[in-house]
Parts: sequence; structure tokens; C-alpha cells
Amino acid sequence: MNKKKDLTPFISSIAAILCGLVFGFIILCISNPSEAIAGFGTILTGSITHGMKGIGEVLYYATPLILCGLSVGFAFKTGLFNIGGSGQFLMGAFGGVLIGLTCKQLGPVQWIVGLLFATLLGALWGAIPGILKAYFNVNEVISCIMLNYISLFFVNMTIKGNKLLFNNLRNESADIPKSATIPKLGLDKIFADISIKGGKEVISSSSVNSGIVIAIIVAILLYIILEKTTFGYELKACGLNKVASRYAGINENRSIVLSMVIAGAIAGLAGGIMLLSGTGRHIEIKDVIPAEGFNGISVALLGVSNPIGIIFSGLFIAYLYAGGFYLQLFHFSKEIIDIIIAIIIYFSAFALIIKMLLSKFSKKPPERELIEVQKALHDAEVRDKNNKEEGA
Amino acid sequence: MDILIFLIQQTLLFMIPLLIVALGGMFSERSGVVNIALEGLMLMGAFTSILFLNLTRSFMSGNMQLIIAILIAAVTGLVYSLFHALAAINLKADQTISGTALNMFAPAFAIFTARIINSITIGKNIQQIEFTNTYRITEVPILSKIPIIGDMLFKNTYITTYIGILILIISSIVLYKTKFGLRLRACGENPHAANTAGIKVELIQYAGVMISGALAGIGGLVFVVPTSTNYNADVSGYGFLAIAVLIFGQWKPKYILLASFFFGFMKALSNSYTSIPFLFNLNIQSYIYKMIPYIATVLVLIFTSKKSAAPRASGIPFDKMQR
Repeated sequence: MNKKKDLTPFISSIAAILCGLVFGFIILCISNPSEAIAGFGTILTGSITHGMKGIGEVLYYATPLILCGLSVGFAFKTGLFNIGGSGQFLMGAFGGVLIGLTCKQLGPVQWIVGLLFATLLGALWGAIPGILKAYFNVNEVISCIMLNYISLFFVNMTIKGNKLLFNNLRNESADIPKSATIPKLGLDKIFADISIKGGKEVISSSSVNSGIVIAIIVAILLYIILEKTTFGYELKACGLNKVASRYAGINENRSIVLSMVIAGAIAGLAGGIMLLSGTGRHIEIKDVIPAEGFNGISVALLGVSNPIGIIFSGLFIAYLYAGGFYLQLFHFSKEIIDIIIAIIIYFSAFALIIKMLLSKFSKKPPERELIEVQKALHDAEVRDKNNKEEGA
Repeated sequence: MDILIFLIQQTLLFMIPLLIVALGGMFSERSGVVNIALEGLMLMGAFTSILFLNLTRSFMSGNMQLIIAILIAAVTGLVYSLFHALAAINLKADQTISGTALNMFAPAFAIFTARIINSITIGKNIQQIEFTNTYRITEVPILSKIPIIGDMLFKNTYITTYIGILILIISSIVLYKTKFGLRLRACGENPHAANTAGIKVELIQYAGVMISGALAGIGGLVFVVPTSTNYNADVSGYGFLAIAVLIFGQWKPKYILLASFFFGFMKALSNSYTSIPFLFNLNIQSYIYKMIPYIATVLVLIFTSKKSAAPRASGIPFDKMQR
């Protein structure tokens, strides 16, 4: 068994990150040379130099990024482009709000039911493009885009039309009661700033909660599904070669639908977690599609669609965003982070080139190879001769 | 009748940018390169051209200014699309990835730059770029006197409408009646065969992507000018809708026209149903009308997608070494 780990994707991601950072620094230098170095330092270290709270915020930002990245990445593995993560996220958020605001009688399991319902709605929203693709040959990219808008208007309409769900004053979904929020597992206390003011300990806790744990568990589960189960193998086979997998007896349509259902479920779960995390996040009644699903594309691409890779790429991008938050102390707008991430993604598209460069370096020099081939040929000739002589 | 005229005028405002951008996408995809970056290209084109409108508004106005802006939008889109071309054609990169990167870069860059420029020109660190809309044509002489059609097409309109129609006509001719068009289509269907026949596949694909960039850039400007008085690094997802229109339109100019008309009409209906007594009296929530274009598109796709006419080699990097 030859099971050598291929490190190329990892190396090309690192190379892409370096390129993105270099270009980001150049842009900072051009726009404001006097503060460029300090600003760039803040991007790189802002999240850690602001204490444990900073790290907690990174974990909080990373939660939806990882989950939406997993959603997109999982679909990628089956050869599907889930650009509808935003719609699925929004449906999940809506599910969370619905349970969080209307099902007080559930008590301590309310948040669990809320997350399950969010997952269910997300799965449903993912199932639609899956079914349309499998049985009606509708391109999933376009049906996903359409469903993003449909979910946007549906959710806005339902929330606005229901007094229980709607906060009229702020034009957003009503506040979720504390009893319905997902547990923090003490994470917010671990990742917190402790300062002493007037002889008293003041804890300024971060927004992190058990969502990040859920995200990591989901990533590990997906990794197991993809790498260790027949089902995952079938999904990947479909993604690599539809025709061949059909000949191998794999039900292609079933794979497409299930893959989209799972992708949708994860994005929906992300929506549920964000709305039930009790950090003041609401569904705003605007005609704007939430950005999470699109960010998920970046995370998935940087993590080369590998669930474990996505954990790290999600953490990394969240780390940059958190750094960008502190960047506003200088005269830079936080959009520079998006610029850097975009450049990183752009360079990660060049994986093929990096692979070629790597193989150039790692391979033996061609002359030596040639000599070896000639030697082998010579040996074979000698053997042939010997055989003939023996025969004679 | 007035209602219908009004609806058609509204439809044109919504459909023309979609039409232009989808036609752009068509050139790229038919040459074999998937261009998911249309949204980013629109954003970039709109950004530089509206910046031009903003900076020159003290001494320029009217349609001359707008036409220069359109040229700027086209050049911007073209240059920006070169990044996609470089990645997709020379470096054989995953076309979704570089497209996504372009989509992400454009709004961030527009906001970042707009803030810097605004703080220099007006001393405020805001991301909106304002412009004065002096481009509306209330009446086209002579043509507006034609009954009905004159009212629909030649009153309360923008020069961009005619530019859109012109682009449609030119695109159809280029695609079907020229040597270049034939070569472009060949590259999208079977680049290896095309290469064997002596066509420089990379060159043709570069041309396809650059045309899509230029048209998407124009589309961005055309979308913003009639609907707003400032640019906020946003084209309401029209680039993605244009991809939908392109697929819906089966990668063919005439169907793209139909698809964008359908979508524009539905959009116009949802935007102005309150002024149509019959629809207003139905007392349906506005959100339902907003949803209708998207639901209708999905439904139509269910019935029309069984045989897809996607260019066969679209999205697959062309590699001479293969086969």
C-alpha cells in the first residue's frame, strides 16, 4: 500500500496566503505609507495582542465561516457548486428565531430543538436544488441563486408579518430570550479579559459559545463520512466521474440529492447557531442576502474542500477579520481584509502551477533518470541474451 | 394603456443591464471559460465610471459624459477580466476559484478606494460615490411621435437602452456571422478539434473573456445610473442574476433576450404593482411580488432544462498536452 500523504494542497494554500499578505501590505503602503507597518502588524497580530477575548472573538467569527465552508466544500466533493449557502443559512436562522421565540414551553431543550429545526429547514432548502438537478437537470448554480432570493423575501415577509417575531422599532427579528440561547460551556469566561477596576475584578467576556465545538464536531463527522464510509466514497466518485460511477452501480441521483441535503443542513445549522448564540445577532429586514454563504465559498476553496482543512481556513479567515476589527484604530477601513482574502483565494487557484513547480524540485534530475533507464534496458538485454544461451 | 407603457418602460430599466451582462457571459462561456465573476466585473465597471461621473460633475453633464463613462466602464471591466483570463487560460486554474476571488475583491476594493477618495475630495470618510443624474431623455425627437411604440421605447428613457439593444444585435452578428464567432463557438465545444484546425484556442478564449469583461463593466454602470444617485459598491446581485439569465437563455442571444425580458418584466411588475389598480386591489403582500420573478424562473427551468445547451468544454481548462 502506497499511502504517502500529498502535501501539495497544504503548501499551495500557504503560498497563496503569503502572496495575499504581501499584496495586502503593498496596498496599505500605497494608501497610507506612514501607518502601513503598524496597520499591517495589527492585521497579523491584532487578535492575539488583545488578550484572550481577542481569541474568543476569533472563535466566534470562525463558527459560521467553518460551517458554511463545510457546506460548500462538501458539495464540491460531489461535483456540485453550492452557491446557495446564504439562502440555507437564512432559512436556518429563521428556524432558530421561530423556535427561540415561540416555544418557551420546551425549557432546557429549546435551543436543541431550535438548532434541529434550523438544520431541517436548511436541509430542505438544500434538497430543492438537489432534486431539481438530479431529476430535472436544472443547473444547481442558478436554482441556488434563485432560492437565495426566495428565502430572503420569504423570511422577511414572515417575520414582518408576525408580531411575535418582529421588532418594529429596529426593523429586525425580536430579541431571543436568554433561556433559548445555546450554552456557552464557560468558553466565554475562559476567553475573556479580566481587569481590576476599583479593587473589583471586571470580566469582559467574548462572544464565543458552544457553536465552535459543534462546528468542529460537524467537520470531523464529515471527514469520517467522506473518508471512511461507502456512502462518502460514492459521493466522491460521483464528483470525480459521473459516468464511471453510474457504471459502478452508484445511484447518481440519490448522491446528488443527499449531498445537497447535507450541505444545506450544515449551512442551516450555521444560521441557527448564529441567531441562538445570544450575541445580539438578528435577522435584519433588508433586501440583502446574508454574506455567510458566499464567505463559505472562500473558506472551502482555501481549505481545498477538506473538512479538516476547512477548520483551519475558517479559523485563519476569522483571525484576519478579527484583526481587521482592530485595524479601525488606524486610518484604514476594514475592507482591506476582504481584499487580502480575495487575493489569497485568487492565488489558491494556482494550485496546479505550484504543483508543477514542486514536482520539478522534488523529482530526480532528468539526466540521472535517463541513465537509470538505459541501465535497466541494458540489464534486460543481458538477461535476454543469457536466457537465449541457456535455451540453446 | 398607460399602465402597459409604464410597465414596459420599467421593464427596460431592469432588463437592459441583465441583457448586456448575460451577453457578456455568453461570449466567455461559449469560448469555454466559465465566468462566475460577472458580479465583480459589474462592480468594478460601475465603480470607475461612476467615480468619473462624480469627479467631472462640476463641468460635465448630459449624455456626452455618460458615453465617456460607458467607455471607461468597458475598459475597466476588460482590464479586470484579464486577471480571470490569466488564471483560467494561462495557468489552467479552477475557474470557479478565480471568479469567486474577483467577486470578492471588487466590492472591497471599491469601498476601500472610495473612502480614501471621498476623504480627499469632500473631506468625509464615506463609501458612497454620488453623482448627478442628468441623463434622462424625456423624448426622442420624431421617433417618440410613433403611436404606442413611441411612448414605450422613446419616452422617459436612457441612452443605455439603445446601447443595450445595439450590443444585442452586434453580439448576434459576431457570434453567428463572423469567422471569429465560429471560432469562438468551436473553442467552447471542442477546443482540441479547434486547435487541430489551426485556431489559436488561447487567443480566442482571451478575446471571449475580455468581451465579457467589457460588457459586464458597461452593465454595471447601466444598472446603477437609472436606479440611484449614488454608488454603494453594490449591484444587487445582478451579476449572479445575469448568470441565471444566461443559463435560462440557453447560451443563445435570442433566448437571452427573452429571458432578460421575462425577468425584467417580472421585476417591473413587482416594483410597480401598487400603481396598477387591478393588482393592488388583490391585496397581496409586496414580498410575494418580489418573489415571483425568482419562483417563475425556477419553474420555467424545470420544464426547459431537460436538454441543456451548455457549451461542452465550458469550465474545463484547455490543455494542448491532453489527448
